[in-house]
Amino acid sequence: MIIMFKEYDPIKKKMFKIIDDDGNIINKKWFPELSDEQLLKAYWDMVFARTADLQTVNYQRQGRIYTYPPNYGQEAIALALGAVMHENDWLVPAFREMGAYLAKGVSLKEIFLYFMGHEDGSRFKNAKNILPMAVPIASQLQHATGIGYELKYNKKKDVVFAVVGDGGTSEGDFHEAVNIAGVWNVPVVFIVQNNQYGISTPFSVQTASDGIAIKSYAYGVKGIQVDGNDYFAMHTALKHASEHARKGNGAVLIEAVTYRKGAHTTSDDPTKYRTKEEEQQWEVKDPLKRLKAYLVTSKKLKTTNKEEEKIISQYKKEIDRQFVEAENYKPYPLDDVFKYMYEDMPIDLQAQKMEHEKFLKWKEVRK
Amino acid sequence: MEGGTKMKIMNMVNAINNALDIKLKEDKNIIVYGQDVGVEGGVFRVTEHLQKKYGKDRVFDAPLAESGIAGTAVGMAAAGLRPIIEMQFSGFVYPAFNQIISHAARMRNRSRGRYQTPIVIRMPYGGGINALEHHSESMEALFGHIPGLKVVIPSTPHDAKGLLISAIESNDTVIYMEPKRIYRAIKQEVTEDKFSIPIGSANVITKGTDVTVIAYGAMIREVQKAIVLAKEAGISVELIDLRTIYPIDRDTISNSVRKTGRVITVTESPRSFGVASEITQIVNEDSFLYLEAPPKRVTGFDVVVPLPKGEHHYMISAEKIFYEIEKTVKF
Repeated sequence: MIIMFKEYDPIKKKMFKIIDDDGNIINKKWFPELSDEQLLKAYWDMVFARTADLQTVNYQRQGRIYTYPPNYGQEAIALALGAVMHENDWLVPAFREMGAYLAKGVSLKEIFLYFMGHEDGSRFKNAKNILPMAVPIASQLQHATGIGYELKYNKKKDVVFAVVGDGGTSEGDFHEAVNIAGVWNVPVVFIVQNNQYGISTPFSVQTASDGIAIKSYAYGVKGIQVDGNDYFAMHTALKHASEHARKGNGAVLIEAVTYRKGAHTTSDDPTKYRTKEEEQQWEVKDPLKRLKAYLVTSKKLKTTNKEEEKIISQYKKEIDRQFVEAENYKPYPLDDVFKYMYEDMPIDLQAQKMEHEKFLKWKEVRK
Repeated sequence: MEGGTKMKIMNMVNAINNALDIKLKEDKNIIVYGQDVGVEGGVFRVTEHLQKKYGKDRVFDAPLAESGIAGTAVGMAAAGLRPIIEMQFSGFVYPAFNQIISHAARMRNRSRGRYQTPIVIRMPYGGGINALEHHSESMEALFGHIPGLKVVIPSTPHDAKGLLISAIESNDTVIYMEPKRIYRAIKQEVTEDKFSIPIGSANVITKGTDVTVIAYGAMIREVQKAIVLAKEAGISVELIDLRTIYPIDRDTISNSVRKTGRVITVTESPRSFGVASEITQIVNEDSFLYLEAPPKRVTGFDVVVPLPKGEHHYMISAEKIFYEIEKTVKF
């Protein structure tokens, strides 16, 4: 596996790809060992994730959730991550990794609940070793390095996968986290989703560096630039990076080059800062289209368009069912505002709560 | 709370080192790191000998990155370790604010109790040591204002040990501020056995009847000197060592002020929006009808702590405290 890092040493400025824009294999050597069943699962998981993502944007348009950051166009990265992660591996997410969340066992209902504005969405009832979303950009990477230390200290064989966007690499925390991970030689795979934009700010405004992967040199860790819209390249890169880390060889910095087809969040309007031409240039690189093209050409996917439509409509029903469950979630009790701040609620905080409860009682009587 | 009989003369540095030693021995999940804390044992030697005793994977030098030190501690804690980190001087903690305030203080709430962050963030604070800029400030109020944090400041070697043991055993993030001016200035007998002092409990150091003076950290010693002057003037002072900034011991404050009817708070930090202001409001809420004089704040000015040549203008003297005691009593 060291060979892959040598062959795609960032200094060579060679992006790691396995299929071309039409889904043809151009790099057979590194094609991941996946059974037909796994290949089809990858496809249907990506279809599901995209359907859920687009549906979520619709819910927002209907005024049924608050701000949501779409994954549209970047799904291959999180899906490959989900497929590569072991059960006890840690996921330290940014906020555009729905596929990885679902693979970890987080329910759509929890994701919806979070974007409806409820902390219970971060309870992750059926998922372990995943941190809640950290909104301050890149700050989560430091947590990943710390978790990596715990894994090394306790001689565990697990790996941390930490995600950040291209804008996040301008933050000091990116530098500190990758630098310290290098010094401590901890098992962390840093994944930069370079989707070309930080809200409206293009990558060229973030750094004068020739990409992000090359920065691995400065931290003494392995690095590789990957076509983030190529599911197979992402799968192989993540697999090799995580095995490298798992064997105690230290951290890896993966730059996944992709394109945010959607808006930054539902509050954003990309027409203000990017051109139709640019969007069309990236359209041919769409990860789902490319994965499907490969599966159709290799005759692994035999589903007709009609059958696929039927499957998608079933997905939509399931997505809607979970959304409605989230909408009908129990009311938010006053207790929950207070009770998680400290292990034992300080007396002063108890008093603040009681004072407010007295007001609520007064209000009730006044009705 | 005192468990044993093996007493030893300790200064605050010794006492903190002893507490760290006891806990490192007891709990394998405890990790101690920060700038120069390993080989050197910290610039104030607080962590001296600990690396030799517990190994480089438990006591070690971190890269020179305050945010990284705090941020990695959040990750370690979420994964089950109990990191004790050092900010070399409190004046250098600002780069770590995002990690402390946005994450350490919030992780339990954000994850609805799924993860917790039992981190102790030690930092020497305060002036009066002829230091460079950024080595003399007192920012306990900044931390006291952040929901999710506890803030502890000892004033004696004994308390430093007992409070640190509690801080380490707490499952909340505790800001543990060490008054570096009295690191070595006060020595007392402290048991080498383990004992703890609960966070959130103030200590009535001196009983008195005319006026309550509330202070903490290095200011306790100054108030004690002022009490000698007050006694000569026939004034009986009750001295409360706050010991914990948050959660504040409201009951001890109120019980004392209701008895004396007068209160002065002495802090080294700037006045506005500070601990003294908070105490004044607590007194107003709980003891308004008992007051015989307006609560007084004796604090640093709302200025940057001057460099050593001008620092005497800023630091609070025993004489100034006595001056305010006399004015409040005669009000």
